[in-house]
Amino acid sequence: MERRTIFDGWLLPAMLVLPQLVLTFFFFLWPAARAIWSSLERQDAFGINSEFVGFENFVDLFEDPLYLEAVVRTLIFVFFVTVIAMAVALVLAIFADREIRGRDIYRTLLIWPYAVAPAIAGVLWVLLMDPNVGLVGVGLNNMGINWDYRLNGFQAMLLVILASAWKQVSYNFIFFLAALQSIPKSVTEAARIDGASELHRFRTITLPLIAPTTFFLIVVNVVYAAFDTFATIAATTQGGPGRSTETLVFKVFRDGIVNVNIGSSSAQSVVLMVGVILITALQFRFMEKKS
Amino acid sequence: MATLQLENLKKSFGTTHVLKGVDLSLASGEMLVIVGASGCGKSTLLRLVAGLETPTSGQIMVDGRDVAQLDPAQRDIAMVFQNYALYPHMTVFDNMAYGLRIRGLSREDIGKRVQDAANTLGLGALLKRTPRQLSGGQRQRVAMGRAIVREPKVFLFDEPLSNLDAALRVQMRAEIRRLQRRMRVTSLYVTHDQVEAMTLGDRLLVMHLGKPVQLATPMEVFEKPANTYVAGFIGAPSMNLMPAKLGHGGASAVLEDGHVITFADGRRPGQDGRKLTVGIRPEHLRPEPGGIEIFIDLVEPLGSETVVIGRMKNGELVSVKIPSAGSIPETMSVVIAPEHLHVFDGETGLRVEAV
Repeated sequence: MERRTIFDGWLLPAMLVLPQLVLTFFFFLWPAARAIWSSLERQDAFGINSEFVGFENFVDLFEDPLYLEAVVRTLIFVFFVTVIAMAVALVLAIFADREIRGRDIYRTLLIWPYAVAPAIAGVLWVLLMDPNVGLVGVGLNNMGINWDYRLNGFQAMLLVILASAWKQVSYNFIFFLAALQSIPKSVTEAARIDGASELHRFRTITLPLIAPTTFFLIVVNVVYAAFDTFATIAATTQGGPGRSTETLVFKVFRDGIVNVNIGSSSAQSVVLMVGVILITALQFRFMEKKS
Repeated sequence: MATLQLENLKKSFGTTHVLKGVDLSLASGEMLVIVGASGCGKSTLLRLVAGLETPTSGQIMVDGRDVAQLDPAQRDIAMVFQNYALYPHMTVFDNMAYGLRIRGLSREDIGKRVQDAANTLGLGALLKRTPRQLSGGQRQRVAMGRAIVREPKVFLFDEPLSNLDAALRVQMRAEIRRLQRRMRVTSLYVTHDQVEAMTLGDRLLVMHLGKPVQLATPMEVFEKPANTYVAGFIGAPSMNLMPAKLGHGGASAVLEDGHVITFADGRRPGQDGRKLTVGIRPEHLRPEPGGIEIFIDLVEPLGSETVVIGRMKNGELVSVKIPSAGSIPETMSVVIAPEHLHVFDGETGLRVEAV
């Protein structure tokens, strides 16, 4: 059902949407316009003069092997964060959907990580995994595993993937649990009477019925992993050691803020912006199709 | 086809005893209807037979084999659910074929069986549709088809018609009966609807508070209810039940207002003054002068007849079924037809037969 309010004049409705428009302008449109403009300029080494260079920054970017490496690295990162965050959440949701004792406590606890700020989540994982003081980190070294994510790029990647995925499990869990609960119990019971084993039921009944939720979560998780994990990476590895955990978003920050290469950094931002717009459009089209 | 026996079947959830011992024996091809108010344990009984719940104690024998501890998959039983429980993401064909594929039947075999069942149920043109695109009655048929194709030993129906509108319910009721007769599948049918109970079953089991109260043919249950609960439950409008005392020599019942009804079928045992409950169905009360005086409360015209609800002098409600009448007066005198009187013990509620 659609609810419409009819206004007499234009002043009141204009005032009502103004705050949002102002926010959008100052925090999105203006910076975005600046980024697009900067991406077409090149500054000198001291940041005093800039000249218009057209698409040169973009051309340089796509010819830069470091950038292409970062693209691949980001894809790997996004893939594993999404898969781990969703798989763990689905398993937990399946357990939470059963008749178990203390189910409500269990569910509440599982939702908690979502309330933890990304930077704090990062620090938490650092404190766990630190080779000198971290509970798990020290433990791994005592077990004879040479664990130091500050030296080993693979381990660093593993750490940021785990920290980022952990943060997203709660969110996925809520959606998966809701999806599982919306499957009528009698449908599963009918399948049991039809002779389907638990695994077969999961494959032929549960999975297809939660597919819309799964697709929605894939989009959300990809967006999250690609664009929203900056704080987690900043708090754990800062993109290091070397460039081994430098995702595209983190590279924008490093090139622009740390190395002050505004032109290239802006060009990277614009590329990311196009990416976000494409994914969002995809998501909207899917949601429209659903409703 | 198979026989089905339940022996002292019990089920408790924690300290709640839902089923307090049910014994039941179904002949091969028999249709038995279990009827009772909600919470009487009838659905639990069905779920135990299906294997969706594990009994606390007791046996469930299908063709002489105890299946009480087996998985539903191993019991060879099919069930039709109240909300149909169709697989929403599958076509009608796939819904019916689901169980057959699990059993590993060949493609042609599955196709043939589904086609046969679909033809039987008039679903031939709908095989490619999904449940969403079907009406309530069609979904009901698909649910039946899914049960039929498996050719199970026992059919279970869990209030399958209660989600349908009235007209469709009557039609589907007849269809279920016809189908069951033709296929001769041993069936358990649970319902709270007494019309379904009366029309569908070879025999009727009335349950109350987790216990079977009466097991007999529908007509027997109607004509000789085993206790006051069954008497009030079966028949619409409900049987009128009134407190009374045994008259002199056990030959009559004396109502509270002093009315004496002489038993038509013989004496009842017991001391004079024994507490009784007498029952008379609304259709067996005749409006006639000189009977029990009632003050009319409500008139419900049903078309072919009219139900009059009134109060006796002591405030007790009485319903009377009379042929359609024009105007109804404020008071009315009704006479009890003694040959239709039901006599129950005043304390236990059990039926008291003539000696």
